[in-house]
Amino acid sequence: MASWLRPLKDTRLEALVFRRRALAGFLIIGASLVALGARFAWLQVSRHDEFSLRSDSNRIVTRPLAPGRGLIYDRKGVLLADNVAAFRLEVTPEQVKDMDKMLAALRDVVPLSDDDVARFNALRRNKHSYQSVPLRLKLSEEEIARFAVNRWAFPGVDVVPYLTRSYPLGQEFAHVVGYVGRMDEGDLARLDKGDYAGTTHAGKTGIERYYEDRLHGEPGYEQVEVNADHRPMRVLEGGVAPQPGENLYLTIDAHLQEVAEAAFEGRAGAAMAVDPRNGEVLAMVSVPSFDPNPFVNGIASADYAALLNDPDKPLLNRALRGGYAPGSTMKPFMALGGLELGLRKPEDTVLSVGEFHIPGQSRAYRDDKRGGHGRVDLVQAIAQSVNTYFYSLALDMGIDRLSTFMTKLGFGKPTGIDLVGESGGVLPSQEWKRGRFNEPWYPGETVIAGIGQGYWVVTPLQLVQATAIVADQGVPHPLHLLRAVQSGIDSKPKLVDPPAAKPSVIKNPADWRAVQQGMIAVVASGTARGLNDRFPYVIAGKTGTAERYSRTTEEWTMISSSPIERHQVLFEAFTPADDARIAVIVALEAGRSGAHDAAPIARKMLDAWLPIDQAEQERRAAETSGDASAANAGQP
Amino acid sequence: MFDELIANLRYRLIASLRKPRFDLPLLCGLLLLMGVGLATLYSASDLDRGTVGAQALRFALGFALMLLIARVSPLMLRNWTPWLYAGSVLLLVAVALLGEGRGAHRWLDLGFVRFQPSEMLKLTMPMMVAWYLNGRPLPPGWITLGVVGVLILIPVGLIAEQPDLGTALLIAASGAFGVFLSGLAWWRIGALLGAFAAAIPVGWHFLHDYQRNRVLTLLDPEADPLGNGWHIIQSQIAVGSGGLWGKGWHHATQSRLDFLPEHTTDFIFSVFAEEWGLIGVLLLLALYAFIIARCLWIAANAKDTYARLLSGAISMALFVYVIVNGGMITGLLPVVGVPLPLVSYGGTSAVSLLAGFGVLMSIHAHRKLLIA
Repeated sequence: MASWLRPLKDTRLEALVFRRRALAGFLIIGASLVALGARFAWLQVSRHDEFSLRSDSNRIVTRPLAPGRGLIYDRKGVLLADNVAAFRLEVTPEQVKDMDKMLAALRDVVPLSDDDVARFNALRRNKHSYQSVPLRLKLSEEEIARFAVNRWAFPGVDVVPYLTRSYPLGQEFAHVVGYVGRMDEGDLARLDKGDYAGTTHAGKTGIERYYEDRLHGEPGYEQVEVNADHRPMRVLEGGVAPQPGENLYLTIDAHLQEVAEAAFEGRAGAAMAVDPRNGEVLAMVSVPSFDPNPFVNGIASADYAALLNDPDKPLLNRALRGGYAPGSTMKPFMALGGLELGLRKPEDTVLSVGEFHIPGQSRAYRDDKRGGHGRVDLVQAIAQSVNTYFYSLALDMGIDRLSTFMTKLGFGKPTGIDLVGESGGVLPSQEWKRGRFNEPWYPGETVIAGIGQGYWVVTPLQLVQATAIVADQGVPHPLHLLRAVQSGIDSKPKLVDPPAAKPSVIKNPADWRAVQQGMIAVVASGTARGLNDRFPYVIAGKTGTAERYSRTTEEWTMISSSPIERHQVLFEAFTPADDARIAVIVALEAGRSGAHDAAPIARKMLDAWLPIDQAEQERRAAETSGDASAANAGQP
Repeated sequence: MFDELIANLRYRLIASLRKPRFDLPLLCGLLLLMGVGLATLYSASDLDRGTVGAQALRFALGFALMLLIARVSPLMLRNWTPWLYAGSVLLLVAVALLGEGRGAHRWLDLGFVRFQPSEMLKLTMPMMVAWYLNGRPLPPGWITLGVVGVLILIPVGLIAEQPDLGTALLIAASGAFGVFLSGLAWWRIGALLGAFAAAIPVGWHFLHDYQRNRVLTLLDPEADPLGNGWHIIQSQIAVGSGGLWGKGWHHATQSRLDFLPEHTTDFIFSVFAEEWGLIGVLLLLALYAFIIARCLWIAANAKDTYARLLSGAISMALFVYVIVNGGMITGLLPVVGVPLPLVSYGGTSAVSLLAGFGVLMSIHAHRKLLIA
């Protein structure tokens, strides 16, 4: 049958064929639908856990919550470091079409420094474009109001509240408390990344740095549902609240600190006050200081440069790192060494004629007084600061024994106070000189070491530590600044165990008595006489006046006309002399003499710590208990 | 005379109630499907009443069109078929010359309404194939097959040129189903499929880059998870995270939080799968299977070859929609723009689908009539 002929159609057969084909088609359809159903079952049952997880990780983002930083108080509860609410501008780069244009327009509304913009751009590089980046911190109320009015013009820019660190007493405590600053790469390397995921600031200096672990607290987190554009939609249940850091109570007394700082009247130097019975640091002053508050939110580079270039170095913590020639303040320690080593007895005398010579050498080592002090014993030698006595003592002692004994008093190494960056000073010895200059030691250097001159460099911390050791009759109590901690605002502050005292460095109590008598005589009739007037307790002290420059240098000749410029002056003291409750040292970088300039500052500190009325109260308390015991004694 | 008119109307009313012009089971299936569609759309659009209202309006329009077509006798449809086919092909040519649309030229703007002429072919293509085969001895030989091939390839080529390969393949399939149902010998089917398979490497060269990417993405979606692979990955996450019982209505996080793109249109099945789980998916597939089966049953009971082939082809085309859309959202098939029938948001598709069901209703209503 040729296909071009129009054939007859067999409709019945066609219907039959169609039904068969329709059935076949339906079987194919059914099989396909079953296959599709199987695919669904594989995805929804076999791989359900996997896709559930991916669905959740799509939408649930864990956001770290930064803990509140612990507060810092002085020993009596005066607030030294606070957290205050502030507002900052944050920008979500993703929502900003033209960043440069937006920033230019924003500058007309809210002042932005070039530093702000540079820091913003640096931060932006390390974040996703959907994460907001702080642009300006600490907005003023006026700036917030002005931005609020213009907000519609700046999509992607928000005012965000945050807590910022504030130091209410400002520069007075800048060197002790230190400050926090925005975390940098160094901080990130030092601190645990997970714990600091939500934290922007970390302690940079001072207590803020040393006790970072206690102050920081435990971070929490919250779970946030985000959409495909990473925009947070809502906070889900199941987060963990952050635990705020511990509040710290320092050993410092804010009042004493304030008095000491004021007494400097701006002159560069450092002062320390310590409780010799336990090593608590009561005051730690470094003048000049600086306001730590601008550092918290990023100090302007011009201001920072000004601080760095200031010739008086306000950023230098002189108490911790300042190097001073100890001068005559070493004499009580030398005397103690001489007695302890059996080289001198208290009653041994030395004739001071104004000059001292090493046998066989022509060079003269001078006394302060022309013609000398005559024949002096140990007490007089300390009281009048007789150089000859200590020249000969040092020569007898030799540099090795000298430095070994001074090591016991803590010289030549950091005191280990709870601050970062302490300097160890220089304790001269043969070994040190060979290591430093690769030169042998000369006897003349031993002679001047006896009066605290030459290579000696001490920090105010080391000096007050040695003074406190002597004050507590030879028992070293490690210096520390942390007195108590409080976890949670409702709990009571808990005293921190002070570092354990070390065994006494004095073998013979009579040795101590002799040195103490010498130091009492300094204040009673010696170089610092008059200092004990109208003070309820006996003060034991020692002045120090060291030349800032070697007499052979040009600087000395230039300033030799000004005795104030020429000298570094020091004073060390403790009181009550028999049962010391405070040891202080004062170091001034320029002054006439230790007695004239440093001692009055020390006296003001002692007045502030042990005022006359407090002494009066204690005297009366002692009298009543004495009466009671007398009455008891009279009964039987 | 007035009484006569009243009596006439009353008679026609009673007659139409007694002998309904629509198939009740099919109608119920469709209404159920549209209900599921609107509920899913309401959730997928994040409770946007505007979207659901617009879709409901289109359903109403399509439904009216369906009932209207149901009243047209298949005989009349058969007589109009060549003209309808020629008209729709002409519109395709018009689109190629004047059309608009993002990237692809698919839309024709008639001033009062914008529509895709390719949607018309979904109906006129099986009509034309059925019309032609109806006049030829069956099962078809190579010559008949060749003519059908030309009839299919002209509009398919125009649509593929737009480019809208997905729709082109669907329309080609609807024509091919007519040939399959006409009883084309199995060995010829085998030969054709073999030739088709052999042509695939050649066809690869004619694909646009984005089309090739879609195929390559299917093979390894994780190669570009944030770009080409995003649709497939997010859709599979939506489906898989739904689990056995689903996350519940309006709890589909993948769509609510915009991880799943096109979640009211091409990927609405993923939303449904996420919310109702495997149980819901199987029930929905069963509903589609029921509708297709009912359509094929209607086709099997049709009284002439034209009606049989037409209704059979339309039913099987419906199945292709479901399987292609389902395959796409589960990562079995490349991403092609094929909506899920009566569930995806979109006007033209809903109207053309319901018009197709109108043809089936008409064939069902006229199954007892002798057609010359």
